[in-house]
Amino acid sequence: MSTLKFLGKRLALSIFVLFGLSLLIFTIARVLPGDPVRMALGSRAPQWAVDNMREQMHLNDPLYAQYYYWLSGALHGDLGQSLFTRRAVSTDVKEFLPATLELAIFAGIIMAVFGVLLGAVSGRYSNTWIDNSVRIFSYIGIVTPSFVFAILFMLLFGYVLNVLPTVGRLSPWIHRPPVITGMVSLDALLSGNFAALGDAIRHMILPAVSLALGGMAQEARITRSTISDNLRKDYIASAKGFGVPERLVVLKYLLKPSLIPTVSIFGLDFASLLANAFLVELIFNWPGFSRYGINAMLNKDLNAVSAVVMILGVVFIVVNILVDLLVAWLDPRIRLGAERGK
Amino acid sequence: MVHNTLLKRRLESLKKNWYKFSKNPVSVLGLFFVLAVSFVAIFAPYISPYPMHAGRYVNFVEASETPSLKHLCGTDVFGRDILSRIFFGFRYSLMMGAVVLSLVVVPGVVLGLVAGYYRGTWIDTVIMRVTDVFLAVPPLILALAICSVLTPSVFHAMMAVSLMWWPWYTRLVYGLSSSLRNEFFVQAAEVTGASRSHILFREILPNCVSSIFTKMSLDMGWVILIGSSLSFVGLGAQPPTPDLGTMVADGAKYLPDQWWIAIFPALAIMITVLGFNLIGDGFRDLFALEDI
Repeated sequence: MSTLKFLGKRLALSIFVLFGLSLLIFTIARVLPGDPVRMALGSRAPQWAVDNMREQMHLNDPLYAQYYYWLSGALHGDLGQSLFTRRAVSTDVKEFLPATLELAIFAGIIMAVFGVLLGAVSGRYSNTWIDNSVRIFSYIGIVTPSFVFAILFMLLFGYVLNVLPTVGRLSPWIHRPPVITGMVSLDALLSGNFAALGDAIRHMILPAVSLALGGMAQEARITRSTISDNLRKDYIASAKGFGVPERLVVLKYLLKPSLIPTVSIFGLDFASLLANAFLVELIFNWPGFSRYGINAMLNKDLNAVSAVVMILGVVFIVVNILVDLLVAWLDPRIRLGAERGK
Repeated sequence: MVHNTLLKRRLESLKKNWYKFSKNPVSVLGLFFVLAVSFVAIFAPYISPYPMHAGRYVNFVEASETPSLKHLCGTDVFGRDILSRIFFGFRYSLMMGAVVLSLVVVPGVVLGLVAGYYRGTWIDTVIMRVTDVFLAVPPLILALAICSVLTPSVFHAMMAVSLMWWPWYTRLVYGLSSSLRNEFFVQAAEVTGASRSHILFREILPNCVSSIFTKMSLDMGWVILIGSSLSFVGLGAQPPTPDLGTMVADGAKYLPDQWWIAIFPALAIMITVLGFNLIGDGFRDLFALEDI
């Protein structure tokens, strides 16, 4: 099975999953009790206004027709009107999604790099004080809710040490770079505005680290156990016996195969990272998609909630496909085995 | 008579497992945390220094006091003793975990067993594709979405998390059951004409129990974390319920000056989750499981 065929199969499955997800979120938004229009307009709004809006939103039609209207709109990029911001949901999404993607990618990089690094070091020096400290760190990372990290960091770095900004994406005195991708740091880099780049990264550090620590701990743990298992394997002993320098053994022969389980769980860790962004963005007042999502949920803005869930579904599918491709690249058994099986 | 020897053998293996489990100091520490938290939760009305502070109680004379001998964790802005509220808060956290898992494990496991046994048939396809849909978005987000359309309460938060949690068990058991069905003992049972339910529940299920148990112990921690996240944003327990997540959220407003209002409940969440995690890890080592 070639990579293309694999991709095609995954995409077909993904479309099915998204279709199922749309049914699920439609059920949550429409079938559960409560009148979304009444919620949006408030209990004091006159009945005729509610009736008008219900008619406008096709809420009086049978459910399958409502679903059809909603789905065909969504497929044309029309996600409906936000009942809270009174704008098209797609406009809101365009405005807020880049900020969250920027934060999540930054946090994802921190998570992967430091997770692997900590895991590799503690696996190489297993059962020493280094290993034990990493293990304690992992436990703290796993059991602490990211909103608690966010609060602690805000307290420690924002107020006590006062070294890092705790609110927003840029300091008010920094000139905002022109919008190219919507990700402030990338825009700053593209337009050569290095003051803004540094400032944007400084703003991202606290929320990104709060988000990354949980997943980082998981990755460190998994990497540690694979590395210390693989270190005991015969092929490493023979490489050492042939006099291959230790650094080369670790980097070339040990690390690559040991990363397979770590990469496989990266998708899950990234998913929980984005879920936790719902809380962390709220705490750091990060003007992103997740803060938009949680505000939509708190205000019962059902069109926006459905859109947020669907878009996150798409993001996860993309991330998981990337993870699978990476695993296939790391693990020749998957690539070659699949080809032989043709 | 036969039954008696079987029971004896089970007791013996239980004893052996307990011996191995108790040789691991980290697991024992976890067990200690869980037992301590459960004890405090059960006997909260008797051992809290100020039991009436758990609910609607106001005493502005003692508001926002720093931790002292009188109030070991200080008091909140209403003058309520934070330690007492944490003791009661453990009740809601443990209840969240226990209720969600007890609702989720049976349907999740049964679906996984059936789908794994009928691997490759339409039954497998239907069950596992539905599972995929539920797993497409993290449970916290879907639980938030469900809670947002309902009136926020502890009960609704439990229902929302349960609705999102069963697929993890289905997927776990599916993997086990679809490989176990090719084992000789299952085929032997099939050849001797055992019924489907006998094969599923008496032959395959007992071999999944250690994995399910380990996952349940780890999940107690996760569910408690998700529950506290829901109440942190205000979609779970409502004030004046002494829920740990709600307490952290309320306390966060008074940082950095009155740090004790948020920090002690946060520590309480961490200790509870840590306890279940350490036990889960102990099980994982004990049963030599890798991919949970």
